Amino acid sequence: MILFRKARGWGYPHSLLKSPPPQPNRHLSPLPHLLNSNPKIEPPTMPFRHAIRGTTYHFNSLRELLARASPLRSGDQLAGIAAETQEERVAARFALADLPLTTFLSEAVVPYESDEVTRLIFDSHDRDAFAPIASFTVGQFRDWLLSTEATTDSLAALAPGVTPEMAAAVSKLMQAQDLISVAQKIRVVTRFRTTVGLPGRLSTRLQPNHPTDDPAGIAASIVDGLSLGSGDAVIGINPATDNPDIVTTLLRLIDFVREKFSIPTQSCVLAHLTTQMAAMKQGAPIDLVFQSIGGTEATNTSFGINLALIAEAHQAARELKRGTIGDNIMYFETGQGSSLSANAYHGCDQQTLEARAYAVARHFRPMLVNTVVGFIGPEYLYDGKQIIRAGLEDHFCGKLLGLPMGCDVCYTNHAAADQDDMDTLLTLLAVAGVNYIMGIPGGDDIMLNYQTSSFHDALYLRGVLNLRPAPEFEQWMQQSTHRQLTVQALLPNTNPREGNLS
Amino acid sequence: MNEKFHDSLAGSSIGTPAYAPSATPTRLSQPSLNSYTPARVQLQRTGHSLTTSEILGLQLATAQARDAVHATLDVPALIRGLDQRKLANLILTSAAATRADYLRNPAFGRTLSGNSETALKNISAKDREPAGVYDLVFVIADGLSALAVDRHARQLLDAVLPLLDASWKIAPICVVEQARVAIADPIGEILAAKASVILIGERPGLSSPDSLGIYITWDPRAGRSDADRNCISNIRPEGLSYQEAAALLHFYLTESRRLQRSGTLLKPSSVAHHLPEKTI
Repeated sequence: MILFRKARGWGYPHSLLKSPPPQPNRHLSPLPHLLNSNPKIEPPTMPFRHAIRGTTYHFNSLRELLARASPLRSGDQLAGIAAETQEERVAARFALADLPLTTFLSEAVVPYESDEVTRLIFDSHDRDAFAPIASFTVGQFRDWLLSTEATTDSLAALAPGVTPEMAAAVSKLMQAQDLISVAQKIRVVTRFRTTVGLPGRLSTRLQPNHPTDDPAGIAASIVDGLSLGSGDAVIGINPATDNPDIVTTLLRLIDFVREKFSIPTQSCVLAHLTTQMAAMKQGAPIDLVFQSIGGTEATNTSFGINLALIAEAHQAARELKRGTIGDNIMYFETGQGSSLSANAYHGCDQQTLEARAYAVARHFRPMLVNTVVGFIGPEYLYDGKQIIRAGLEDHFCGKLLGLPMGCDVCYTNHAAADQDDMDTLLTLLAVAGVNYIMGIPGGDDIMLNYQTSSFHDALYLRGVLNLRPAPEFEQWMQQSTHRQLTVQALLPNTNPREGNLS
Repeated sequence: MNEKFHDSLAGSSIGTPAYAPSATPTRLSQPSLNSYTPARVQLQRTGHSLTTSEILGLQLATAQARDAVHATLDVPALIRGLDQRKLANLILTSAAATRADYLRNPAFGRTLSGNSETALKNISAKDREPAGVYDLVFVIADGLSALAVDRHARQLLDAVLPLLDASWKIAPICVVEQARVAIADPIGEILAAKASVILIGERPGLSSPDSLGIYITWDPRAGRSDADRNCISNIRPEGLSYQEAAALLHFYLTESRRLQRSGTLLKPSSVAHHLPEKTI
């Protein structure tokens, strides 16, 4: 546990932001040769401090500085790492604003030696891509991101040079409109059978879950969703039972529907990675491969996975060559608080660790990534305010790192949130250019017992913001095929009530 | 209500986008989608939004779920019910003093309050017979839905107790307020029970404010994880019946005693009555 130390000293009134405005040619400045020369050796942690009216706030490590600078959330309070006062939080942000970005290339928040996610972050860092921002502090980085110099193209080129910790750090200096402004400039486009993430488009994952995995019940939700224009990102089912036979049955159901009605989309059954691999071995028609991931090796261990296992599954699915217009195959879900929940957080704040999960995701060029932002419960994100802020942070950080970010805009009934909060976050994310949201009948997931977005929520966003589905799917919607959708037509056998799929 | 106003996105003030689905096609001469699933399919819409009646229906379900989370367990009624059944019982509290504490810090709900721990130890010492220990302790806890416990806990005991023969020496039933599943670990440990069974209110869903769950732990003691438990979920009139739940519970207890363990290794692959995790 990192202890907070607050000392009285000869503080001086702080002069306001010292960062100069970004200069036009700054991005051409050469990368200092000594930077990141040996990330494997952690230097002695440097002290960080900031004084406000005679009080000097000390932060003993990079991870402590990040945690103290993070917006208030119950998970960091639970971990005992949140700022104790609002003033301390802002003091940490002043200190963070003056921190050179290169600090993140010499100090790891989770040890390099013992964590494969840290090793992935350092070993895959692209110095050439980083060059344009190499001389910036975190505060200058924020200013640059919001400047007209940061364009769709320059941000795309920058992505491999940004580490998750840099993204998390800069997000902590941003208010909601900043997170939206910058994310809105970034486009991450992925393809399998549909193209997701194009400008002016909003896709949905049709999530037809059923408490007993009943094929007819699932088919009813698919019919409802498709007829309302949902399902262009993926038709993705969370199975109630995690075994290869169920996975295979459900994948065959979606595959049958997709073929019969020529629906341009992809399927996924969100069982454990190893279950999907077993299903693949028995011939299941797997399009996208799903896994929940976290930002530390220990979190992923608690999920029963590691990088090598994901790579193995990724390779196996690639060999099936089922994508027709692209080969983005992986589907990842994340969410702030998972590392603390697994007692695998290394004293880091939950938002920084969430951003680290995106380093795992981008390594595999995924088709879809979404934070399940309000699912984890009030001990991590207490209320609507915290959920909304976290959703915007996650979307921003994911996009900045080059991920095709979607969001499961959701809450549980023991959090202090309601539908108005969800409408707010949905609207903000759609303005920010979120790639996709969830589509569930009435927003009520009867299997997982939480509330997420509905088919109608997507219609609302497409209506008020003039957004359209993925082009391939939109074309399909213009045909009359979808009018023939019935539960009977969706099920391969003649007696849908039996639910037997051959 | 004006029918043509509904089910047509063309009626929306923002015009008719190219992607707009036309009138829902599945109504005509097909069985209602609702006959296949309890999901909220085929909701009535106006423009791209839901109609007033649908919105109010969703608000009511949300209100019931939220109320269930914040409801207080009716302990006097529960105790009366146990007394009427001549079941010895104890009232305990967790370390969470308030609902807010409970929601913010899960560890509080897994720990007994100081007073309750002392009381339990005293009773344990007094009641323990020289021959040994209890085979089983039932814990009844509010969890995230006191409503579920108020409505189903006594009925469930009525269904399961007749299935347990005299070979099961049962401890006094422990009623705990502001508790989570793992509160059964210290209780089982202090009573030196061979197994614990906790009946607890599950997190309310929008369609299930009163769902009761059961967790079975062999050799309960501090440090047990969820992987060491077996779970029976969704016990309510619209879900798993008392009789079905009781039969499953009896099965798990019998198997636990035979194998001297509980948890994932015990779970028969054909039984799907567990709480699925979303993803994280």
